[in-house]
Amino acid sequence: MHNLNMTAGSLITGFLLLAIITGIFYTPYDPEAMDASARFAGISLAHPMGCDNFGRDILSRILEGSRTTLAVALCTVAIGTVCGVLLGAFTGYYGGWLDEILMRINDALFAFPSLLLALTLIGLLGPGRSNMTAALGISFIPSFARIVRSEFLKNSKLDYVRSARLQGAGNLRIMFVHILPNTLPVLMSAVMIGFNNAVLAEAGMSYLGIGVQPPEPSLGRMLSEAQSYLFTAPGYALFPGLFIILMVLGFGLLGEGIAEKGGRHG
Amino acid sequence: MEEKNILTVRNLEVSYKKKAVGLFGGKERVSVLKGVSFDIRRGEILGLVGESGCGKSTLARAVLGMVRPDRGEVYHASEFPQMVFQDPYGSLNPAKKIGWILEEPLRLRSGLGREERRKRVEEMLYKVGLDPACRDRYPAQLSGGQRQRVAIAAALMLSPGLLIADEPVSALDVTVQAQILELLQQLHEEMGISILFISHDLRVVYRLCGRVMIMQGGEILEAGEAEKVYFSPEHAYTRSLLEAAGLLQ
Amino acid sequence: MDELLEVRGLHIEFHDHLVPETVVHDLSLSLSQGEILGIVGESGSGKSMTALAVAGLLNRHDMKKQGQILFEGRDLLSCPRSQLRQIQGRDIGVVFQEPMTSLNPVKRIGWQVEESLRIHTELTKQERYRRVVEALQDAELMEAERICRMYPHQLSGGMRQRVMIAAAFVCEPRLLIADEPTTALDVTVQAQILRLLKRKNREKKTAILFISHDLSLVRGLCERVIVMHRGRAVEAGRTEEVFEHPREAYTKALIAAIPRCGKGQKGGRK
Repeated sequence: MHNLNMTAGSLITGFLLLAIITGIFYTPYDPEAMDASARFAGISLAHPMGCDNFGRDILSRILEGSRTTLAVALCTVAIGTVCGVLLGAFTGYYGGWLDEILMRINDALFAFPSLLLALTLIGLLGPGRSNMTAALGISFIPSFARIVRSEFLKNSKLDYVRSARLQGAGNLRIMFVHILPNTLPVLMSAVMIGFNNAVLAEAGMSYLGIGVQPPEPSLGRMLSEAQSYLFTAPGYALFPGLFIILMVLGFGLLGEGIAEKGGRHG
Repeated sequence: MEEKNILTVRNLEVSYKKKAVGLFGGKERVSVLKGVSFDIRRGEILGLVGESGCGKSTLARAVLGMVRPDRGEVYHASEFPQMVFQDPYGSLNPAKKIGWILEEPLRLRSGLGREERRKRVEEMLYKVGLDPACRDRYPAQLSGGQRQRVAIAAALMLSPGLLIADEPVSALDVTVQAQILELLQQLHEEMGISILFISHDLRVVYRLCGRVMIMQGGEILEAGEAEKVYFSPEHAYTRSLLEAAGLLQ
Repeated sequence: MDELLEVRGLHIEFHDHLVPETVVHDLSLSLSQGEILGIVGESGSGKSMTALAVAGLLNRHDMKKQGQILFEGRDLLSCPRSQLRQIQGRDIGVVFQEPMTSLNPVKRIGWQVEESLRIHTELTKQERYRRVVEALQDAELMEAERICRMYPHQLSGGMRQRVMIAAAFVCEPRLLIADEPTTALDVTVQAQILRLLKRKNREKKTAILFISHDLSLVRGLCERVIVMHRGRAVEAGRTEEVFEHPREAYTKALIAAIPRCGKGQKGGRK
């Protein structure tokens, strides 16, 4: 086992998932219960990460907030990947006018930074958790479509595709059974990078107040609230920030590891 | 005619649209095959020799319906003609195991059950001289020669009447080349398949083929028994090819 | 001994994997002025590595070279880089297999052939241009002046290989290293390129180290031959001798792999 990225990535991600799963069944306190006597309580046995400005237990909120953030990021990436793969597969494989039209639209969308695109969409749909997820997901489609398309374009010209056709495989089978597995190494690392961007985007949007709405916690939301009390309660910003870093780092390393493994293979 | 010939090609013409040069460049068509006619007899190995750009690969693709001809007829007397390509790195799906690759034609066209398919794959691996344990390997784990054996095995899974081999040994080392030619010869005798063997290498074609066609500029210049074409060539181009290969007596 | 090139105990090892991989084992060869020496072998035999080492083009940090490569008595493996650069291109010319990639796609042909003159000589612009045109003409390219202004993609594979030969010969080197120079070409073009190399060798007394996997080519061109297999020279000697009476099993197998083309020697049955 020389794939250090893979090992480190799996360890960090595993730890996070464990924390999140624990958070579903058990949190030390109710994440939304306020306690005026515990405002800005420091690190103690009762509150291992301290309390926020309303006296809510930060550890409990992080356990729940990580889940929200992860769910938003996963849904976002899922929307981007599924739509991107479909779009990229058909345009790359068939080419022609369909490819021209879709890819020009794609280029136009690609010209916007994906965050700006998402902000515009939220402007239209209104703020909130599900709207943010949808907006981020849509804004991710162009980059996925582009990656998948170039892989399909490259692969569809190879002889193994010709020989599959001679053996009697139909277009859909060639696309999704023969070619798709060959795009996985590239696609998987794109998914991992996309996931990171999604975590950061969720944090950013909730920070701006157009993502997850209070009192529901998310890592980004907590970070934005903590900003006003950076000097009174540095722990309030520190721990959510740490979890964001761990999440991004863990999936980033996993992505690197998968790409490395894929590269060794082919 | 259907009895004797496994493939009949008449006046086959293929042209490509040339990419327009500049903004106002006209859509020129480049003619690649200019009326090609030939037959492959049942159970023979027919050689097709030509230099790069002569249209021999286009001919193979047009015969198998991968390129749409402008004019002409292609008549197959056999089901599912198959092809072996030059580059064994590109012709096997790198993401699939050898066993999967060999089973695929059976999954698509035979209706055999899982066990029966596995048995067939094992038999075929044995037939092309590979260890049945190869089933669980990926193409990248095999050598060039082994890969070409797998490609041949995949093409023969459905027992096709006709096999088109486009430069199947050009990417291989000489000693491996000899082994693959030996294998093709042996499979030809055992299974009675007809082969269209396309190559630029006159020596290799002479070794394997009964009849030979010489192609240049999209036309077949000369065709006949190998001995006759090699030792009393009629066409000046054939002579220049033989001379360049050091084969002109 | 006034050998032009003498290689003694050349040993090349790669260290890019966990286990060091030896690609050339204890190889020795010599080549005198005006001689053509062939190295034949299959892929992985180490023949191209040998060629690159002699050309002084193996400078990767993850490899180890031992032994001596003496060119006119100077060891190319231990001499300073600046000396090596003087020899490269002026005294030793190189032609590679792939004429597509061995020319720079964005530079005109004339510029590329001229490059070694710019580096190694003090000639004026006009003199250099005259030499370039001469070199192209000498490589049997028609309309040399027009070709000077063209780009590589406008030429056919055979013409590109002629350009490469012109570029290699423009400084009149004493040694030409030709690494599979005709492998990517059609047979008829192949024959023309070989004739060109032979004529250059005869007229200018340029020694040629000819690397190929094709035994029949080597047989037609070279006086002496070295057969390489897995990094070792398994057999060496006069070409006719090696082909007529091979001693090693590997050489025999290699020769037996060439399809026979005599009348009545047909392997194919009906």
